[in-house]
Amino acid sequence: MARMKFLCDADRCIECNACVTACKNENEVPWGINRRRVVTINDGKPGERSVSMACMHCTDAPCAAVCPVSCFYTTADGVVLHSKDLCIGCGYCFYACPFGAPQYPRVGNFGSRGKMDKCTYCTGGPEPDGSQMQYEKYGANRLSEGKLPLCAEMCSTKSLLAGDSDIIAQIYKDRVAKRGYGSGAWGWQTAYRETIET
Amino acid sequence: MAKLCARIGLVIAAGAFLIFAATSGPVSAQRPNPDDPNANAVSEQQLLQQFNRIQGLGTIPDKKSYVIQQPMGRVWRRYHEVWLHWIGAVAALGTLGALLVFYLVRGRVRIQSGRAGINIVRFNAFERFVHWMTATCFVILGLSGLNIIFGKGIILPLIGPSAFSSWTLTAKYAHNFLSFPFTLGVILIFLMWLTGNIPNRVDIEWLKRGGGIVGHKHPPAYRFNAGQKGVYWLVVLGGTAMAVSGYLLMFPFYGTTIAGMQIAQVVHGAFAMLFIAAMLAHIYIGTIGMEGAFEAMGVGTVDLNWAKEHHSLWLDEESARIGPGEMQAQPSATPAE
Repeated sequence: MARMKFLCDADRCIECNACVTACKNENEVPWGINRRRVVTINDGKPGERSVSMACMHCTDAPCAAVCPVSCFYTTADGVVLHSKDLCIGCGYCFYACPFGAPQYPRVGNFGSRGKMDKCTYCTGGPEPDGSQMQYEKYGANRLSEGKLPLCAEMCSTKSLLAGDSDIIAQIYKDRVAKRGYGSGAWGWQTAYRETIET
Repeated sequence: MAKLCARIGLVIAAGAFLIFAATSGPVSAQRPNPDDPNANAVSEQQLLQQFNRIQGLGTIPDKKSYVIQQPMGRVWRRYHEVWLHWIGAVAALGTLGALLVFYLVRGRVRIQSGRAGINIVRFNAFERFVHWMTATCFVILGLSGLNIIFGKGIILPLIGPSAFSSWTLTAKYAHNFLSFPFTLGVILIFLMWLTGNIPNRVDIEWLKRGGGIVGHKHPPAYRFNAGQKGVYWLVVLGGTAMAVSGYLLMFPFYGTTIAGMQIAQVVHGAFAMLFIAAMLAHIYIGTIGMEGAFEAMGVGTVDLNWAKEHHSLWLDEESARIGPGEMQAQPSATPAE
């Protein structure tokens, strides 16, 4: 099976936020939650850098490790998903997540944060693929239809890549070789404990 | 001659150039690529090494989302999944084991001179109410807290994910809501027993003699001996630490960041384990460990001889205050032990 990952080529990101909008629309993400966001480092200064970030679907995911009710699971494609039926909204996954992916409908409201929501890599959840219940709880299931996450598909500069780890890493390597520079795969060291040698 | 000099000069110059080229080679390789438009931009490694997190500016209202990487979560995970299990197992099981060994070696601490049959009031109804309110909350908070750490390893395989999730959700609500009466109890305990719990000279002597629990000679003590004072301050200070760290977790991002909440959870978990261990010892000595101790908190009175042996100075004070004749010779209502 493939090992699905995201790769943000930060040298190409122009901070257009199309990925953020595409994600919200495709998945009908609840108000106040952003499964993906674009953050600009040193905004307005020379050498500013924008990175699009969401759940990285970590290898040996910290969220899954700390969950007190073990509601997380990793699919055969390496996508980290969770069950909103089992989630108790305790908040431990968002203490553990290095990427700020887990979010709650009611963050400030003690003890009743609601069910955690995060990027599903457009892969839905435990319900049957393509079912209405799965769509309502987790959003689109594009992967089961043979499509990649919409954020990456929509990216106007093809900065954000989604797909099998080996394939997107090779695309990135070729780009770096051709243009002569690259700032690396942001988050890969933290998420997968490996970087792309270019 | 001039030709030779020129030739030597050329050789030196060539050598110098070679040395220069050799040393400057790697340096020039590290120079930014002139085609790189982001040559001056920060790199991921540099930011992580410098700040251990990467933060910028975004366009959505949720300012928390402007932090895109904080690998400290991995350390916290290690604490939560490995170290805390060990702290808990060693503290709780270690204490239970030590108490068992102590019970087998020392046995029950008896009232050596037997019961006098005269009861004197030790804790009034309000004190007992506060104690049992705090104690009940503590037990439920402790069990629901332990469930968060150990439940998925012990209970989840037994009852299945669905039932375990429902139970843990209920336990979480109990944990959150019972924190309020527990905190109130800690505050009331602090206020109502403060006067008896200031450490003094008698405590040093009491500690030197091991509280009389090791040998058979009871050292003198006022209303609370050094051991009880230890429990008091553990409840007051430990309870405060539990309450503060707990409320920080209950109200996320009120004065904290993710890093702050990780620290709060570390404090909350570690103190909880030590608190549970200490309370196991407290429960032991208040029930099976010592004859005549439980009734002090059970019905509020203790036997005169128990008071004489364990709290001689307190008994003197009480006698002076109410007069020895006032102490009624009433049979124990319930010999709660």
